Amino acid sequence: MKNLERRKSLANYDFSLIIWLVFIVVLLILIGLPIFWLIRNSLFSPESESLSFINYQTVFIKPRFREAIYNSLILASGSSFLSLLLGVPTAWIISRTDMPLRNLLRVLLLLVFAMPPFLGAIAWTLLIAPNSGWLNRIYMSLTGAETGIFNAYSMWGAIFVIGLSTYPYVFLLTSSALDVVNSELEDAGTILGANTWKMTTKVTLPLVAPAIIAGGILSFLEAIALFGSPSLLLIPARTTVITTEIWQLFQYPPKIELACAFSLCLVLITALLVWVQRSLTTRKDYAVITGKVGRKRLLKLGIGRWVALLFCLTVCSLSLFLPLLILLRTALSQSWGRPFGLDNFTWKWFGEVLSNSSTSLAIKNSFLFSAISATIAMAIALIIAYLVSRKLVPGYRILGFLPMLPIAIPGVVIAVGIFAAYTRPPLILYGTAAIMVVAFTTRFIPVAFTNASTTVMRINPELELAARNLGATSATTVQQVVFPLVKRGLISGWILVFILSIRELSCAILLFTLNTQVMSTALFELVSESSYERLSALAIIMLAIVFTIVLLAYRFLGKDFLLEK
Amino acid sequence: MIATKDENKLILNPELLQLLNFYSQAKSILRPNYKIMSSIVFENLTKYFQSSLALDRLNLEVKSGEFITLLGPSGCGKTTTLRLLAGFITPDEGKIIVNDRVISAPKNSLPPEKRNMSMIFQSYAIWPHLTVFENVAFGLRLRKVGKKELSDRVSQALALVHLEKLAHRYPAELSGGQQQRVALARAVVIEPQILLLDEPLSNLDASLREAMRHEIMTLHQRLKLTTVYVTHDQREALALADRVIVMAGGKIQQVGTPEEIYEQPATEFVADFIGRCNRLSGKVVTRNSVEVNGILFQVANIPGNISIGDNVVVCFRPHAVIVNSANSLLDGERANHLRARVEYCEYLGEFREYELKLEKSNIRLLAIAPPNIRHQHNSVVNISISSSSCRILPGKFKNSLSANKLSAISS
Repeated sequence: MKNLERRKSLANYDFSLIIWLVFIVVLLILIGLPIFWLIRNSLFSPESESLSFINYQTVFIKPRFREAIYNSLILASGSSFLSLLLGVPTAWIISRTDMPLRNLLRVLLLLVFAMPPFLGAIAWTLLIAPNSGWLNRIYMSLTGAETGIFNAYSMWGAIFVIGLSTYPYVFLLTSSALDVVNSELEDAGTILGANTWKMTTKVTLPLVAPAIIAGGILSFLEAIALFGSPSLLLIPARTTVITTEIWQLFQYPPKIELACAFSLCLVLITALLVWVQRSLTTRKDYAVITGKVGRKRLLKLGIGRWVALLFCLTVCSLSLFLPLLILLRTALSQSWGRPFGLDNFTWKWFGEVLSNSSTSLAIKNSFLFSAISATIAMAIALIIAYLVSRKLVPGYRILGFLPMLPIAIPGVVIAVGIFAAYTRPPLILYGTAAIMVVAFTTRFIPVAFTNASTTVMRINPELELAARNLGATSATTVQQVVFPLVKRGLISGWILVFILSIRELSCAILLFTLNTQVMSTALFELVSESSYERLSALAIIMLAIVFTIVLLAYRFLGKDFLLEK
Repeated sequence: MIATKDENKLILNPELLQLLNFYSQAKSILRPNYKIMSSIVFENLTKYFQSSLALDRLNLEVKSGEFITLLGPSGCGKTTTLRLLAGFITPDEGKIIVNDRVISAPKNSLPPEKRNMSMIFQSYAIWPHLTVFENVAFGLRLRKVGKKELSDRVSQALALVHLEKLAHRYPAELSGGQQQRVALARAVVIEPQILLLDEPLSNLDASLREAMRHEIMTLHQRLKLTTVYVTHDQREALALADRVIVMAGGKIQQVGTPEEIYEQPATEFVADFIGRCNRLSGKVVTRNSVEVNGILFQVANIPGNISIGDNVVVCFRPHAVIVNSANSLLDGERANHLRARVEYCEYLGEFREYELKLEKSNIRLLAIAPPNIRHQHNSVVNISISSSSCRILPGKFKNSLSANKLSAISS
């Protein structure tokens, strides 16, 4: 009898509190542990085995570190400037004018966004490596010159290539702001006597200025945090940037403490910029642009629309078609240096990549790690987002801030923190698959959380109260009302984290071992082996996977699924 | 201002006709052995949100089968009271007792799912991922009602709201009125002990709202469910309730029948919040007169707790001011006969509204008069105010407590 009563009281007990607590603790470990060890290590001197500022002193005194910071700033500013130059006009043309093929171009730019930056860099080395690059060779054969005119291995080359991979940030932010600018605001300008050019520069663009600046900052952040592209393009030019320098510190003999101190310098820059960008996108005084989308009238460009189309196609060619073409051409050639023709054509590299034990393991690992990371990240994000939006726990504000922290931390730095945190008890994960999953989860939890928050906030709490009111326990309510309503949002968040994890390099590069190789690290290894045909075949496989998922998601979940980022 | 019977002919609207039908037959959904006897007692109910006091020692008894409305501006504690009753939040002090059983107390509250109450929400809260049928069936499924009975009761409920043809549609395909009907069917089909309504009409447009109000009253008269209705609309409250509870600042201002609330407001807040009111500060001169700015006002019923020389507020409704009256109209009654200048006049179809300024003083009055006679701007008119329509409230005129201002700040 007593036993029965106890069972009954157990069944009545609200287990949700325990579940919440578990997820909060997991989140604290995921975010807190790496940050703690990052800071702790940066303040630890291996010589004297005590706490000191010696690492920071070294960072600021040694000229090579200062040079790396300087180069990083140049690289990021240049790329972000180029991003604005490409992103703003394309956004304006696609959102507000009657240029033909607008919708197709939207999809193409989405693909550019999904393309891993270091694949672009690989493609562009094949195109404009001094002398051996295809564009240089065409130039030389046309003019009879001794040397090519383009040089991928230079600061200019790196700015150009990275700018081509970061402008979609400017495009996405600007175009989504332009999409909701009410045409009546423009009409008001026209009535007062402004012509099209004046109206665009004095009314439309200033209205979306915060979005443009935010896009520029995002491009800057992406560029300064990149590891793959600068290491491909700048290490041959003997130019170092912060991320490549951190990676160098990890090579034998590793100087982890110095790497931590240097990493935190980078975080200082990125955190400041993230803060500026956030305050720009959340300010309220530009409230006019939040409105119904329907009130938009497209601007008639007349003959100019063909010029606009030419511009957009050029941008797409540089960032998508040309890189894809050269990768395909290389993957299908016996030897990529020889002219393309039937005698040089082969499918064998694809077969080789798929059958080779190391690359096939990398493909399998990529799928596995990304899927697990996406699942864990979305699960944590959903629970935390729910707790925060429903204000279910004390301190929910801090809890909502915590999962957003990694957004200000570049991938390389996260890897440094994770390395420091999980190579010592209680959690020794280095060399295992778990550390890769932990790394991807930590890195992309901000994306997952943003996605889950928007999803949860769209549900009117009264829908849950109605269920409770009609006799459902809180568990039943979650199962029958909340979960079905968030399913769709969860799927799109999952896909986003999955894609981002598949193309992740800067975190994986510091943490992978022979058995935990993923596609991106395998590609990076193949670059150093100079086996460009194999490399291109693997790159094409990776792009095929990513593009297929993006296009399917675009088709079934709508164009906004990537925007949440 | 108040709709006449003829105007209620808007029930010609087919959607409304169906609704009316639903209410008239609603009783048949309920099984014969369904006994509804639910009295509610609120005892010293107190609730804080963070450090602000949302509800301050609320005491109230609701009789079984009674229809009460909680009326007040937003932030007055009415929704907090309803949510405490539904069990969505727990009180910090005090308790709620339903049928002699404590259901809410600071440490010991029954979860909402065990209270057998139905709530109709402002947003209707129809689940978008379930069909109309599944929405209505939800509560019955949780009660483990057998398959046959469940399908019978749901179909019956849907037939009554004329949604049987839409049973397998999703809410996104329904109009606002249809969603409202799903919410009603869903609430009543589980045979609740108590029906809770949280501003259910505020999302409907004006004509639908007036008719719906009428229907809710019909439903109550048939089912005699104990009903708690929350609203900020005084007309809804007066039209529907057996008793109105006027709330402000987390406290009950007055409890009474609609007539008591309207005719004998207990506080200045109530006088101002329920309908419009002319309020004049004055001093009691005799047991039946008050001096206001040099004008002697004849009044009746000065409450016993007010003595001569006290500061008071004289309150009377705009329609108590009879414009251009022949003195004979108020013969046999003590009345105030005054002259006033027309400062402003508005023609509103059913009546004319005047802003008047009393001669030889700066007192301004609002008056409502029949539309057939027109007084020009700036003309001087005779007005009469019956002494019995003047209500005396203690204290000085406090502008800060004006209901309009209160609601303006909180909304």
